[in-house]
Amino acid sequence: MSEVLILVDAVDGKVAKSTGELATYAKAIGKVNAVLFDEALVPQLSAYAIDNVIICKGIDVTKFSPAPIAQSLAQIAKSKSAAAVLITSSAKGKEIAGRLAVITESGIITDASAIDSELITTQLVFGGSTTVHAAVTHGISIVTLRSNSIEPLAGSATPTTEEFVPKISDLAKLAVVTSTEPAAKGGRPELTEASIVISGGRGTNGDFKPVEAFADILGAAVGASRAATDAGWYPHTHQVGQTGKTVSPQLYVACGISGAIQHRAGMQTSKMIVAINKDAEAPIFELADYGVIGDLFNVLPQATAAIAAKRA
Amino acid sequence: MKIAVCIKQVPDSWAEKKMLGGVLDRASVDAVLNDLDEYAVEEALRIVEASSPTKEAGEGSGHTITLISMGPERATEAIRKALSMGADEAIHISDEALAGSDALATSLVLSKVIADGGFDLVLCGTESTDARMSVIPAMLAQRLGWAQLTFAGSVKVDPGDSKVSIARSTEFGIENMEASFPALISVIEKINEPRYPSFKGIMAAKKKTITTKLLSDIGLSGDLVGNKAAWSTVKDALPRPARTTGVKVEDGGNGGGELVDFLLEKRVI
Repeated sequence: MSEVLILVDAVDGKVAKSTGELATYAKAIGKVNAVLFDEALVPQLSAYAIDNVIICKGIDVTKFSPAPIAQSLAQIAKSKSAAAVLITSSAKGKEIAGRLAVITESGIITDASAIDSELITTQLVFGGSTTVHAAVTHGISIVTLRSNSIEPLAGSATPTTEEFVPKISDLAKLAVVTSTEPAAKGGRPELTEASIVISGGRGTNGDFKPVEAFADILGAAVGASRAATDAGWYPHTHQVGQTGKTVSPQLYVACGISGAIQHRAGMQTSKMIVAINKDAEAPIFELADYGVIGDLFNVLPQATAAIAAKRA
Repeated sequence: MKIAVCIKQVPDSWAEKKMLGGVLDRASVDAVLNDLDEYAVEEALRIVEASSPTKEAGEGSGHTITLISMGPERATEAIRKALSMGADEAIHISDEALAGSDALATSLVLSKVIADGGFDLVLCGTESTDARMSVIPAMLAQRLGWAQLTFAGSVKVDPGDSKVSIARSTEFGIENMEASFPALISVIEKINEPRYPSFKGIMAAKKKTITTKLLSDIGLSGDLVGNKAAWSTVKDALPRPARTTGVKVEDGGNGGGELVDFLLEKRVI
């Protein structure tokens, strides 16, 4: 049976759901080996379809991101003769994958929304307007997969564990992390991981309060169009679109966003799209499963109150 | 200091794109300088201005900014734009054998030029707006064996000590990182506001040197690059059916309530 490596993803000591998604894809290919550097996370991995956990020891990867992680994965992939390495499509995940491809002389495919048992990937390109099927043809299949693309399979048994001590070269330690500052966040989920995203644009006129209130009652993440972030109304880290983040949630609500092609490129693959806009001709309505022609300052507070009332 | 900036000409991100024989059809769309690379050019100019008594890049400052670009002949348009912002010179790797190169081949070519150039710092944008893989900076650092300082929201250079530090911006916060020269840096778009080329800059750019190189000039074989040498292959590329337009309702006073009813009925909340 083929050996597949997945890189465990964790935020604040909690294994991310994306790890379970990687495991689900890997399970269809072969034996699922989850690689991690923080042993404390091991008990949480039983929740997902993981056969074996490889605990990397002897390197503090938080001090030198991301080179030693790539070097470790390369050594494990070699020792296991792995057929594929699956990594979450985050900024750091893609850097690790890129380095891994160079070290192992393997092809790489990024931002896939699926990979099948024959190692054929699916990607949505050009803002979701085209579906591409592709495959790696040289070396190990190194693939990064977007979050929220599959429902994770539940684990059926406690995975076996093994330890691995990678040999980390001095070249992988040239850039040193001297200190870290946690992201300021108000308890909202990470934009690319959230199952619901509420975004505000030019129509907010800089007032994101109704957008945030609606997001909070739904446990959603808050996004913003480039117009809103360029105006300084919302942090750039929340920008959805061609030069920002690509999201694919179950529900995307665009509030006061006209829907320029560059914004659409970042949200077009959302499962359900709702648009609220005063301009009945706004292009965002072409994408919307449900569109409200109206003022977000009326519609959003009313919707927030309606949800609160149903739950009371 | 010798600084290089990697730039790419890309199809205009406003243009409608399509695939042709498994690769992006580049010929049919307008091409522009990748706008994420403008931040890297701007940051290189600011690094030179901050550490040079004459406050201007170019002759006399003791620092040079070299643009490096791989692409077809018409990529010179994008190179001229970056020169008109203030970079000093450019190396353009243009060879028919390069068409259809994957990220691995692209990073191989760029790393060869960088290694031969004796640079202290190389700056890049975080990604190109066409391929959007965002792997080239990390691949370059790996190939060169250089320090990787990527996703920088700020860059501080100490030329005297040959040191550079950045604030790496991640999904989870900021990582402050440092390294000695040589280092490979990528910058995010909130790092600065790229300048518009001045009339003087545009005129000066016409006289600046663009050195065009073939693969043979940098000692690489054509067998290692291009579509045939790519380590991944596109099986098919199909247009997706357009999203069917859904319901569109005028807010008659209870638009918010009706929206919630719709979402509950569809079981998305």
